[in-house]
Formats: sequence, structure tokens, C-alpha cells
Amino acid sequence: MLRQIDPDVVAAFPITPSTEVPQYFSQFVANGQVRTEFVAVESEHSAMSACIGAEAAGARTMTATSSQGLALMWEMLYIAASMRLPIVMTTVNRALSAPINIHNDHSDAMGARDSGWVQIYNENNQEAYDSLIMAIRVAEHADVQLPVMICYDGFITSHSVENIMLLEDDLVKSFVGEYKPQYSLLDKEHPVSMGMFDLPAFYFEHKRQQAEAIKNAKQVLIDVQNEFAKISGRQYGLFEEYKLDDADIAIVIANSTAGTAKDTVDMLREQGVKAGLLKIRLFRPFPADEIVKALSHVKAVAVMDKAEGFSAAGGPIFVDVRSAMYGKADGIKVINYIYGLGGRDVGVYDVKRVYDHLQTIADSGQIDNLYNYLGIRE
Amino acid sequence: MSEIKKIEEVNEDISWRDITPGGIAPWAGGAEAFTTGDWRTMRPVLIEDKCTGCLLCWPTCPDTSIMPTDDGKIKYDYDHCKGCGICVETDRS
Amino acid sequence: MPYNFKKTAQKPERFTGGHRMCAGCGAPVVVRTVLRALKTEDHAVVANATGCLEVSSSIYPYSAWKDSYIHSAFENAAATVSGAEAAYVSLKKQGKIPYDAKFIAFGGDGGTYDIGFQSLSGAMERGHDMVYVCYDNEAYMNTGIQRSSSTPKFADTTTSPAGSVIPGKLQYKKDLTKIMAAHGIPYVGQSAPMKNFRDLYEKSEKAIYTQGPAFLNVLAPCPRGWRYDTAIMMELIEIAVDTCVWPLYEVVNGEYHLSYKPKNKRPVEDWLKPQGRFKHMFIPQNRHLIDEFQAYVDKEWDNLLKLCGEK
Repeated sequence: MLRQIDPDVVAAFPITPSTEVPQYFSQFVANGQVRTEFVAVESEHSAMSACIGAEAAGARTMTATSSQGLALMWEMLYIAASMRLPIVMTTVNRALSAPINIHNDHSDAMGARDSGWVQIYNENNQEAYDSLIMAIRVAEHADVQLPVMICYDGFITSHSVENIMLLEDDLVKSFVGEYKPQYSLLDKEHPVSMGMFDLPAFYFEHKRQQAEAIKNAKQVLIDVQNEFAKISGRQYGLFEEYKLDDADIAIVIANSTAGTAKDTVDMLREQGVKAGLLKIRLFRPFPADEIVKALSHVKAVAVMDKAEGFSAAGGPIFVDVRSAMYGKADGIKVINYIYGLGGRDVGVYDVKRVYDHLQTIADSGQIDNLYNYLGIRE
Repeated sequence: MSEIKKIEEVNEDISWRDITPGGIAPWAGGAEAFTTGDWRTMRPVLIEDKCTGCLLCWPTCPDTSIMPTDDGKIKYDYDHCKGCGICVETDRS
Repeated sequence: MPYNFKKTAQKPERFTGGHRMCAGCGAPVVVRTVLRALKTEDHAVVANATGCLEVSSSIYPYSAWKDSYIHSAFENAAATVSGAEAAYVSLKKQGKIPYDAKFIAFGGDGGTYDIGFQSLSGAMERGHDMVYVCYDNEAYMNTGIQRSSSTPKFADTTTSPAGSVIPGKLQYKKDLTKIMAAHGIPYVGQSAPMKNFRDLYEKSEKAIYTQGPAFLNVLAPCPRGWRYDTAIMMELIEIAVDTCVWPLYEVVNGEYHLSYKPKNKRPVEDWLKPQGRFKHMFIPQNRHLIDEFQAYVDKEWDNLLKLCGEK
């Protein structure tokens, strides 16, 4: 997909499990299949710094990372967003150290959720492919001008062999279009200064404007997804509802485990249980009102977090969903499950335990445990 | 977002809607509009008769405040000169 | 073309007044000279590490830079400008940039010798066509004169204070110029703005117009941190060079060349005496500190002469 987008610059550093992204891509560069300048930097901090320099110089710029790599970029993530540079990055989700662990959870991307990047979570390779193409359009849109992070699960998604529908090269090329930045360091006729020192007289206004930009990303994503549906036949929403219409109990979940959970829903439906699912897609900006509306008719909801936020008050998705529902859907019982940390496998029957728990809560109208850990050895 | 044309439009009345995105300043060298001359406690004065036009003082100025003139001498930009005295000392030696 | 001082005065200034560096600061003098070495018609992209120069020259909306300028963080000016250079290579190849652009990064010694060292080393190794200029004022001046690995031994800084037991910084200054030369890049220069500015101008010109990565280490006095009277900056720089505390030399494709050999090598006291940061070295019982400083400078100078084939 990177080859089809054919960005001007890619700057990246190897880290499991995102390594294959720059690795395969550098072969395209070596074979002359892309026009991209590939910058093989000496760290992820420099990867994001070089992306910032390249994007500021008017180049369409992309990168990829995971886990510690994202952690090392942290400082520059905020700067990329605040400088309003539409870099697009695939974040192949992996657990954060310590202890060091190369397997999947969402602690890396969840820690970056307040960095000002648009974040889109993806269940499988097809969705990740489609999202990455759309991400270019969202990031570079005049109303947004922000970096976009396309998140999908390490190994489970990144190293799985799946059949996916690819678009023709020309179609991708015309969909993403030419990049025409408003300002560029390389514009000799209009030299600019970027990354300036803001005093209290202006910093707040810049932040308020940035907040508006990420707010705008929601509508822009809707529009881009509608346009994408016309060329691909695949229609995406801000999130996906699976058998949620008439559900009594539901879970909210992101990335690949949503696929597993859909099987659980099917199994429960066969047993006559009105189970449903809401799969998070756009997480930043958070489509709060739309999510509340979609859940407004259920009796009990479990929000599933594949990251322990260490707030002692629930994981990151839970905190946002519950906060969104406050005052708008107060009758609904909402609980939190932390699951799958460090690549702990979660199967159909593990998810069923969550629905069983929800059923008990729905029947009794009482929450016994607000914060829960799925499959932990007590 | 409306486009700002002049640096003067960026002042403490500007709305977040109008400010340049990401703190970009599309005014190269716009600092010339900011005066630092009032920092000065000592004022360099050119003694026209004694200036040989060697220009050795010109590049030593941290504030780009010594300008070569058409008659081969120099003049001071008192809007920006901070009075550090480097040029005076250079001249003396 | 031979250096013509008065002709360089006719080139347009690329760094304006109205910045907010302290009165008498050496950094803008370095910047003005480096940028003057650009061909007038060439576009420059300047990256700047966080530091005195950055916070003072780019206070929104007032930029002292007439070329394109970018600051992103402290430790990554080299990586940032390397990205801009990669963009240029890509867009030029695609026929989208019809003119020549040059890429210059400026960082203080903190952003270069210390926190920015990794990204500098990486960018130089990758071979980008860029120049990294360190304006070396031998401490973290922006945060209030803390020691860096560039601070000379015995200097009194706020994190290496001279006390009744410890006489200032205990470690020698890191020899960054030689470390950069060891990268095997095509051009490395050590310079200072002095006299008719020929040395710095010519080295800047070579650094900018040598294909591939180049590094310049330029002494930039800081009157606040070094505690000397602002007016004597140019004299102080000459003393640094004449005492061989700061020798002028270049390394071209791995070959060392001495740029200037003082006729009379002055004693290090001449360098130490005017600066408050070395004041404690002059109390009688600390004479051995001056002797050690002298011995170190002599040894380093001797090594340099050998490297340059002068001995």
C-alpha cells in the first residue's frame, strides 16, 4: 500500500513487529518502483524528526513504528501535530516494556492518544490497507492539517496472511492526489519560519486552533470514507456496529479482537442472547455523541481495553466511553475489562465470559465489579 | 481560517480563528519590525572624520546594526543596536 | 575566488536585527557570517536546535531569518534538516524544485556535543548534503550556564560550581571536531569569527558547497556565561586562537590542515584572566590548575600539529 501511495519521503527505523513495513518498502526503493527518498535513520526519535523536516519541506511523508519506537518518538509526536504537519504513520501495536514483550496490546498507541494525532484503529489487513489510503486525504485536508496514525495489531494482523482486495495503482494514485501544501520550507519565493517560540499571548490561540482541526477530522473522515466507498465498494463508518441494533448487551472493542468477538456474538445470537458489538475505528477525535447514540438502547456495556491505563479508574477507551455517556445514557450499566496484555490470547469463549457477566448485570440491574481483568490468574 | 497578510495583524487582539496554523511565520526577517534599541545603555557614535571605511566593525555586530554606506563608511541602526560595544572596541584596536 | 572582505559586505544580510539575544552575544555573529557565505541566489533551509539562538531569533511572529527556518526540538536539528534535504532530493528528482537549495543546521554545544550528538552522528553518516554548525559557547547558556561536555576543565558553571573543595568542572572538554572528522565526512572545520572574518567565511563556503555532509565547530563567546565585558569579544577570540586553546584547522577528506599558527603562542593565563568563570584559578594556592590547563593545551596543540603534518 505504501508503494501505491508512493510518498515523497519515508524515514523509518526497524522495530518488531513493524520492521517489515520499511524493509519491504526499501526493496521497492531499491528496485526503482517508487520515487520515494528512503531515510534509514538511527532511531525513531530521528525518524519522526526527519518526517517533520520532510513534511515541512512540502514532501508527502510516511513512517511506521511499534511500541518502544513510538515511545521514543513521543516528544516529536506532539511537535508534528502542533506544527500541523500531515504525516501518516502505521503503528503496528505492541506492548510496552518493561518487562520487554514483542507481542500485541495497545499500550503504545493508547499512550499517544493525547498527542494530537488522528488515530484510526483497524481490525484486519483489509481495513488497515483501506484506512492508510484514506489517511492521506484526511491528514492533508485543509480543515485538518494533522498527522494520522493507522493502528493495527502486531503479529495478529501485521504478520497474518489474508486475502485482501487491492485497488489498482492508478486508482490509488488519483484518490490520494498530488500533495500541495500551503507552506513549504522549499518555497524560495515565500520563505517561512516554522516551529517558532510562542509566548503566552499566542500559544493558547494556537492550541485552540489545533483543537478545532482535530474536531474537523471527524467530518472529513466521513466524507473521505464515503468517497472511498464509491471506488472500492467498501463503506466505513466512524465505528462499526455489529448486531448492535437490537442488542441488550454489548461490548466496545478495538482492533483484531473485534473479529473474535463477532464470532462470540454469532454464537450467542444462536443461543437467543441479544448480544452486540461496537468496534472502535476513529478514536481521536473521539466520536462521543455518535457512540452514545449507538449504545443508547442497550442495558449493559463492557468496554474492552487492551491497555492498562494505570489510572486506577479504568482503561483509556472505558474512560472516554463512560464519560461520553454521563448525563446522556445514565441508565446503562458500563463496566471495564482489561484483556490480552502482552499478547495474551483471547478466544471466542473468553469473550463469552464478558457477555455472561454483562447478562448478569443486565438481569440484576447491579454492577458487582466495575473494573475487571479477563483471564488473569488470581 | 482567514489568511493573514501582514505581521502587524498578529497582535494580542487576534482570534484563534485567524492566527497562523502551527505558529508558522510567513514573514521572513520579520524581526526587523521588533525594536531592541531601547535595551541600549551605551550608544556608539560614528566620528565621521576618523572613519577610514575599513568595515572591520561591520561583521562583528550581533544585531546586524552596522550598515555599510554608499560612501564607503558605515551607519548605525539605532532601532536594533543594543550597545554591546564590540564595534567600539574593534575600532580602537 | 580569493577572499575579498569588502565584497562580502555587499552581499545581502540573511539574519536581521530585532532578535532578542543578549547584547554582545557571539552566536549571531557566527550565524551572519556562515549565511553570508551562501551564494546570493541560493535558497537556504535552516534548522535550529532549541537553545539561546532559537528562542531569541524566532519569537512568534518575529523571525530574524530571511531564509526558510525550522525548529522542532533540542536534540534533533540534524535529523530535522536531513528530512528537509531528503524532501528536496525527492522533489527535485520529480522536477518540482527548479532552483538550488542548501541545508544548514545550527545548534549550541548542548544541542550538539550532548543531547543532539546521536542525531548529528546519524545524519553525517547517512551522507546528506548539509552543513551542521555548532556555535560553541561552552555551556548550557539558555537555561542559565550549566556545564556541558564542551565546558572546559575548571570552568565555574551553575552545575559545576567552583567551591572550597572542587575547583569547577572536573572533566576536560570533549574534542567534538576530531570526533566529527572521524566520521569520514568530506569536510570538517574548526573556526572562529575574527579579524576580517576570512577564516569563518571561507570555511563556511567550503562546508556549504562541498557535496555531502560537513561540520563546522565555531567558537561563540557568551559574555553572561563566561563573565567578561561584552565589548572585548573580538579580542577574546583572538586570544583563544593565539593561546591555542581554540586552534583553527580543517579536515578535508580526512586530511588535517592547520589554518593558522600563532607567531607567538600566548600563555593560557591571557585566556583565563579576563573571564569570571576561571577567576578561582587565580587564587595563589590554585596555581597548579593553571599549570595543568597549560599542559593540556600544549599537549593538544602538539597532537594537532602532528596531525596537520606541521611537526
